[in-house]
Amino acid sequence: MTVWLHLVALVLLGSLGGALWRVWRGPSQADRMMAAQLTGTGGVAVLIVLAALQDWSLLIVAVALALLAAVAAVGFAKSQSPDGAGDPEEIKPAGDWSDLNASEAGDG
Amino acid sequence: MSAALDIALCALILGVGLATVVGRGVFRAVIFFITYGLLLAIGWARLGAIDVALAEAAISAGLTGALLLAAQGRLRTMKTEAEPPARARLPAALAGLSVACVLGWAWFALPVDQAPDLSQVLPESGVGNPVTAVLLNFRAWDTLLESVVLLTALVGVWMLAQDADWDAALGPRFHARPNGVLANFGRILPPIGLIFGVYLVWAGADDTGGAFQGGTVLAAVILLAMMAGALQPPSVAHPVWRVGLVLGPLVFVLAGIAGALLSDGFLTLPLTIAKPAILTIEAALSLSIAATLALLVIGPPDDQGQDA
Amino acid sequence: MADLATYALTAIGLVFFVAGTAGLIRFPDTFSRLHALTKADNLGLGFIVMGIGFQTERWSQLAVLLLIWALALLAAGTVAQLVARAALTTGKDE
Repeated sequence: MTVWLHLVALVLLGSLGGALWRVWRGPSQADRMMAAQLTGTGGVAVLIVLAALQDWSLLIVAVALALLAAVAAVGFAKSQSPDGAGDPEEIKPAGDWSDLNASEAGDG
Repeated sequence: MSAALDIALCALILGVGLATVVGRGVFRAVIFFITYGLLLAIGWARLGAIDVALAEAAISAGLTGALLLAAQGRLRTMKTEAEPPARARLPAALAGLSVACVLGWAWFALPVDQAPDLSQVLPESGVGNPVTAVLLNFRAWDTLLESVVLLTALVGVWMLAQDADWDAALGPRFHARPNGVLANFGRILPPIGLIFGVYLVWAGADDTGGAFQGGTVLAAVILLAMMAGALQPPSVAHPVWRVGLVLGPLVFVLAGIAGALLSDGFLTLPLTIAKPAILTIEAALSLSIAATLALLVIGPPDDQGQDA
Repeated sequence: MADLATYALTAIGLVFFVAGTAGLIRFPDTFSRLHALTKADNLGLGFIVMGIGFQTERWSQLAVLLLIWALALLAAGTVAQLVARAALTTGKDE
């Protein structure tokens, strides 16, 4: 079991590294932000596995990470609004829809 | 197998650290820095330093990310040149490298065999968590001064306000779509975070946790409630918030003076009252840390709601 | 028996994590990447939580594991919505 849990943590770290490639590449800010979000979830998973491997009290760190996982993304959404203090849901999306549908149809 | 895990973790930490400083673009650097904090928290957890991992997780996930992203958004709306000039790169790299070298030297120069054995003196501290014992008892001076540094930093940030804005509420005017995703999230999460933060402070005496970790979690949920529009930021003169800001350092200093009058000297805690005294100081301190950190991220009063 | 469940469930969790990362790397535009990510990492974490849940020594540890998953779900749903909206209203370029 110990060997398997080490392997699980290793694969999770590898998956985290893959997400970091997207942070580097972008291209949009939303891409980088969501990749950071995936590393956050992966980090929570790694901590859970480490808790089983080493010490169950590590779970408290995973709780803290999961609890605060969205704070950075909320800050991101704020900073993207025109006055830096709003909510992206307050704005009607502009002409991005057609573009989005086209690219989904093309690759779906 | 265990070594492979450690090597992978170290490689990720170093790689992300490198990507943070060499990549072009402020936004990319900010996102890498957020993931850097996450990886450091995993690293501390791997080393078994749970208290440090907890503090790192709470600060990097809860506070620095939101602070740096807000700063980046502000730079963009102000149309300020966000990239540092090319001639500043070499001096900055040299300065960073020399700090790293000095830290590395200090680490190797540590007199390991002279370090006091904490397990021998832990019973004299009144608490069971060695980190809390050091922070609140054996090295209480450092912690007291740190709490004053935080307060001073906040006053320094407030000094950046323009005269006309001084009486306004702190920070930009946050708003969110009523009953939207953000507004609802800002109402659901803070109560859970409140319980978790208070738990960390309470458990910190004998288990993982403590005033700094609990205070940081509380600061993050206060910040979230403010950003979601559920809680209005106070003005500089708000009496309740002012009391909250100074309560921790004040209780700490009073406890220190009581130690000087009744016991061996300033900030010495006799064993009979050490635990209740530490819990009282921690409770007050975590309130102040929460208020100070949250208001530090919120920033100075800014009546126009955007760049001035 | 418990070990067997852990092997199986964590393996499924890993499949979802790897699939989510592959989607994040391979998919052509921001919104399809977001789609891949939000499905995969929540399920992945869920299976890891269930798998590790079979190794816990006390009920309280299982409860904490479930709390972690619930918090992660809440955060991920909110973040996906906010990031997608932000991307939609500000355009795609840096």
